[in-house]
Amino acid sequence: MKVVRVIPCLDVDKGRVVKGVNFVDIRDAGDPVELAAAYDAQGADELVFLDITASHEKRDTTVAMAAAVAEAVFIPFTIGGGVRSVDDARRLLRAGADKVSIMSAALNRPELITEIADEFGSQCCVVAIDARASENTTNGYEVFTHGGRNASGVDAIDWAVEAERRGAGEILLTSMDRDGTKDGFELALTRAVVDRVNIPVVASGGVGTLDHLVEGADEAGADAVLAASIFHFGEHTVGDAKAHLSKAGIVVRP
Amino acid sequence: MSAPLVAVLDYGIGNLRSAQKALIRMGADAHLTADPGLIADATGVVLPGVGAFGACMRALHTTGLAEQAIGAAASGRPFIGICVGMQLLYNGSEESPGVEGLGILDGEVQLLPDGVKRPQMQWNRLNLLQPDHPSVAGLGDPWLYFVHSYAAPAGGSTVATVEYGGDVTAIVAQDNVWATQCHPEKSSTAGLALLGNWVETLTGDNR
Repeated sequence: MKVVRVIPCLDVDKGRVVKGVNFVDIRDAGDPVELAAAYDAQGADELVFLDITASHEKRDTTVAMAAAVAEAVFIPFTIGGGVRSVDDARRLLRAGADKVSIMSAALNRPELITEIADEFGSQCCVVAIDARASENTTNGYEVFTHGGRNASGVDAIDWAVEAERRGAGEILLTSMDRDGTKDGFELALTRAVVDRVNIPVVASGGVGTLDHLVEGADEAGADAVLAASIFHFGEHTVGDAKAHLSKAGIVVRP
Repeated sequence: MSAPLVAVLDYGIGNLRSAQKALIRMGADAHLTADPGLIADATGVVLPGVGAFGACMRALHTTGLAEQAIGAAASGRPFIGICVGMQLLYNGSEESPGVEGLGILDGEVQLLPDGVKRPQMQWNRLNLLQPDHPSVAGLGDPWLYFVHSYAAPAGGSTVATVEYGGDVTAIVAQDNVWATQCHPEKSSTAGLALLGNWVETLTGDNR
């Protein structure tokens, strides 16, 4: 039985949760630990923390935040942003994170995926892929880094396949064309990756309504659906989201 | 009554802190440790585990904790294995052919069925085969969080299964040894309740 996970994503900047529209217009939505506890109480299946400034400002990974969250919240959480080495991953996992998500560092040095998977297991190695529609690559979607600013020249679907082969345990797939738009997931992109890999795929980027979550799980076949602003600003609770998915015939944890 | 001393066996693998924190939340005086003295003094012993079976077994031997785990389980004290920590209790695993497990429970750990994604990385609903077992007391209709590609064989000691391409072993219990494939320390209130049930066996309330 496949049980679709609902995952609030908390973009973190300097210890506070923010959510940008197309990663430019930042609004502040609060404290990570408090939000995590609130989402646990609402029935969130997992949490993802992304340090959106870590990569280009070369900031250290947020070990202290992982430890603070692990004290308060007993659901799985992933931390991404600035993870460049096995040691970075180890510090976060020892602090209480369940998974680390790697993006730029994996593109620069794909061996890192295997190193983290070999050391801690594939299950804690998430490869995050930010993709945009593009005519530059074979399958029509190109991997971008640095908050969607830098084109890599790498095809997003091929990269997902390679990430799995190298030991990734999950793909966190964000459409940079949709992120912050509230227009819904890029379903064709999500479906293309779901069809090509046999590891869980988390759909991300563009959720504006609860119907979008259903589309991601149903039409695109994602194993998990991730959203931020619809939850952060109180438009919907995670409980609302799950009730809506359930009504549409998607199996979720009540 | 003072909080019961719990040794969470620390052999250098990934996230052990969550198990320790969850046990503390449920009333145990839980320590991450590889110290034989502390393990000997502990009222209960926890064997956590993440990653590959073979790598975990090697780390258990390197740290001397394989012997400690076998001794603790044989002592009759409450013992619980979690996730790969559950799998390590068996004779071996298809994941790491030729690597001997702890042999505390009988059987071989098997790859999850074909036709489903591996790992199973999701919450799943427990099917209680022994609804009266103390491990699941008061849990109602529980959903717990799973992350695994291999699972223990079914047997008479199976307390609960989940449906994932077939019946997959979720919780087993044999005398003083409990083991969960799911991560109770990551399963919110249901998981904390399960750990609370285990902590109760340390204080005698649930014997």
